[in-house]
Amino acid sequence: MTTRKILIVDDELSVRGSLEEWFREDGFHVETAEDGNRAIAKMEAGPYDIVLLDLKMPGMDGITVQRRVREIDPGAAIIILTAYASVETAVEALKLGAFDYITKPVDPDDLSNLVRNALRQKELAEENLRLKEKVSELSRSAPIIGESPKMRRVLDTIRTVAETDSTVVIRGESGTGKELIARSIHAQSKRRFFPIVAVNAGSIPETLLESELFGHEKGAFTGAQYRRKGKIELAHGGTLFLDEIGDVTPKMQIDLLRVLETKRFSRLGGNQEVSSDFRLVCATHKNLEQMVSEGAFREDLYYRINVFGIEVPPLRERPEDILELARFFVEKYARAMGKPLRSIAPAAEDVLVRYRWPGNVRELENAIERAMVIGQGSAIEPGDLPLHVESGGGTEPAARSLAAVEKDHIERVLQELDGNVTRAAKTLGIDRATLYNKLKRYGIRR
Amino acid sequence: MPVAVHVALLNGYAPRWTDALVNGIADAVSGPVEAFPVDLDTIMAFAPGRRQYHATLLLAALLRHRREPTAKILGLTSMDLFIPVLTFVFGQSQLDGPGAIVSTHRLRSEYYGLPPDEGLLLDRAIKEAVHELGHAFGLVHCPEADCVMHASTYVEEVDLKSSEFCTRCARSVEEPGRR
Repeated sequence: MTTRKILIVDDELSVRGSLEEWFREDGFHVETAEDGNRAIAKMEAGPYDIVLLDLKMPGMDGITVQRRVREIDPGAAIIILTAYASVETAVEALKLGAFDYITKPVDPDDLSNLVRNALRQKELAEENLRLKEKVSELSRSAPIIGESPKMRRVLDTIRTVAETDSTVVIRGESGTGKELIARSIHAQSKRRFFPIVAVNAGSIPETLLESELFGHEKGAFTGAQYRRKGKIELAHGGTLFLDEIGDVTPKMQIDLLRVLETKRFSRLGGNQEVSSDFRLVCATHKNLEQMVSEGAFREDLYYRINVFGIEVPPLRERPEDILELARFFVEKYARAMGKPLRSIAPAAEDVLVRYRWPGNVRELENAIERAMVIGQGSAIEPGDLPLHVESGGGTEPAARSLAAVEKDHIERVLQELDGNVTRAAKTLGIDRATLYNKLKRYGIRR
Repeated sequence: MPVAVHVALLNGYAPRWTDALVNGIADAVSGPVEAFPVDLDTIMAFAPGRRQYHATLLLAALLRHRREPTAKILGLTSMDLFIPVLTFVFGQSQLDGPGAIVSTHRLRSEYYGLPPDEGLLLDRAIKEAVHELGHAFGLVHCPEADCVMHASTYVEEVDLKSSEFCTRCARSVEEPGRR
């Protein structure tokens, strides 16, 4: 444990001397100052955990010294000592941020408790700061890459909406990075010290989604052995990111609308109302307006959530960002795989820019990850990329069966891996038996 | 080398349990312990407004009565002691210095409106004497609740701790370099 430091500021030598001895016996590193100027000089050479400050001193008065001490080190706990009890000065000292105010002579037990409490409060404040920094570090979202005018507009909107508490709907094709945008909004908002809780409504059946969002009481349904808090409750103070809101069923839409309006709800199987202060950010790849006109999405819920809309452009509409993104992913995977950084050969750059990227940024990331796994040279070559770009500048013809694409792809991977089935199966993300079956089915020879 | 402890019985104060106090101190420290009377000019330390004695001034006067330069001297008095900023002190010492002083004034049960209890007074006097001597041996307050060096600002706290050093503090008293 580090030695705690205390500064005793009093014009009386006997007070300084006796307190110095008293605190030294308590294990403190003690410094003393007989007037305000010397106290300020000591503070500047500090820091101190505690400053015991006499209010009545010749020259600079205690309140002025206190003000300067606070300016130099706002973290030091100031305890005011005075021989003359006066409510006015006590109130003024406390208003200026003193920890407490005591009149001399002090009961040793009171002084001991006061110092202990001041230290405890200081430690808690410091711990709080450390934890906030840790949370801030952990919740920092991944960077959003893009210098294109369209992406700059998105980034500007993120900054604007982050400061508000309004509901946001993020729209964009699959793989455009909607969740990344939601996390960025949260990370820049005043709610960033609280959690962001993500739920994908599209991937969970309705009955489970209800329990996932609202939680349940013990015995609410078969298998509910314990009370469980739902995502809405867990997002208290923070942000609830509801992905694929266009996939929410009509019944859930009613429940959601009610929660958004009242911020109150009941867990499944419970009667007690629970409240949660959360900000909703949702995302969808569906056309909500069309769904409203077709009656598939409630109009009132639509207006409730559509306060701010952010349209994330597909990658093909911002080709100027492709190479920057590609380089970012090369760096990311080089670091993750412990491999040297690779450049992107001009021919490969050409392929990356000309490809239409139906799977957007996610597809680009996967392509680069794969290239980093299989590529050997110092640069990524077109052959390292699992992309087919027609020489005329278009993409490969769409009118092909899945089986044909799969056959071609397996052949290419096997060729690149010198016919090694084990490595090919690993690269393709399937087991060896499945790959053997496919080789047999498509008549592929190794 | 073991350090001797001299208990100075101030201005005629010689309780019946002085020998037991000497033995109690001897149990805690490794050097020889002996007691003898010392007369101090106490008027200069008396604060009429508080009707108490300034512990720091008394201790300074006591140090002039040291018999051996290497020994620690502990003044024992029944006078009520204070230091300027505090309402009272049970005792005072110089950290890692030659002397200390202890008062039995506020260790007595009668002070708190209870019947006299000589056994309890002796117990408290041993603890406070060993505690202040511990400071003179360079020890600061100890977080171990049972250790005699645990801080005690009221008499119930004195009763809660033991009259012995914890293992760590005992080692520091025996081998000052370990601190």
